Amino acid sequence: MKRSFAILAVIMFGVIFFGLITGYIERQTISPLAEYYLTQVPRELGAPNVVTGILITYRGFDTLGEVAVLFMVAASVGVLLKSKTGQDAPSAGGREPSELVRTGAEVILPLIFLFGAYVIMNGHLSAGGGFQGGAVVASGVMLLMLASPASQLHHGFLSVTESLAGVIYVSIGVLGIVFAGGFLDSHILPLGKFGTFLSAGAIPLVSALLGIKVGAELSVVIDRFRS
Amino acid sequence: MGLPVSQILLVTGFLLILIGFWGIFAHRNILRIVIGFSLIDTGIHIVMVATGYVTGGTAPIIDAALEKAHAAANAVDPVPSALVVTAIVIGFSVTAIMLSFAIRLYDAKKTLDIDAFTESKW
Repeated sequence: MKRSFAILAVIMFGVIFFGLITGYIERQTISPLAEYYLTQVPRELGAPNVVTGILITYRGFDTLGEVAVLFMVAASVGVLLKSKTGQDAPSAGGREPSELVRTGAEVILPLIFLFGAYVIMNGHLSAGGGFQGGAVVASGVMLLMLASPASQLHHGFLSVTESLAGVIYVSIGVLGIVFAGGFLDSHILPLGKFGTFLSAGAIPLVSALLGIKVGAELSVVIDRFRS
Repeated sequence: MGLPVSQILLVTGFLLILIGFWGIFAHRNILRIVIGFSLIDTGIHIVMVATGYVTGGTAPIIDAALEKAHAAANAVDPVPSALVVTAIVIGFSVTAIMLSFAIRLYDAKKTLDIDAFTESKW
């Protein structure tokens, strides 16, 4: 009985979606807003990657809010999972990781962290950015936990790091009010030569801070689920 | 030429959303419901990116394949991509919170069957 209702609901959603798909006409031109971004990001911000320019400068306040959401999630996951930390040891029961996982992690872990740092620092030049690179770093931390379950993350160090990154991020935003056009304006640093590593004003700096913050927060969230 | 790119993406995204709805409606295990939510999330991301596709467009990154002067004519819409980066992070946050609630519920009743949690039913 319940199952037939579920089938009916899914079929009805399917009919709606089918109508949407068949009625969709692929766009031939971009919207005026997109055109503005596509011309202004390379010219005014000096960043080849338009998406990063939008995320970090034009919608910088949005990104700050998003980082705040991540921070709140890390905190609330900590609160929700806290009360049982006293009673059970970390590796109670469960299988040891196989030799394949351990050896593979030793080989591939430095490469994952290096790739994460590369993605973070090249966000203004190519596909990537703080969030993506931070997620890559956190996936490396997850592999580390799978390969050696006894390893402990230093929560104090991680929280100090992410708080420091957050404070510096907000300070850069305030510096934007003082020295440039507004909060989180990336013009406080010189634009530099288009397409080089040290260019696009404060975007690489903000990207690195975001990467540190997101990587630390995601690692803490993953670590909370382990106990 | 075959199917247009955005059509393929739309079909994939909406199929993922349907699978996610099925996971939520038909299963009673909380973990499966969480997985259904994640699938709906991913499907919506794909649909959003698909709506930003412009015929023949390339990634909105200025390099050898996309000159600065012709960027507005040859690139896809960068706004949905920027939105989806935000949406992915929020989706991750929601999933993390749901999973930690699932752990607490399991602690309370020693089961993950959603029919066992009748207190908040009316």
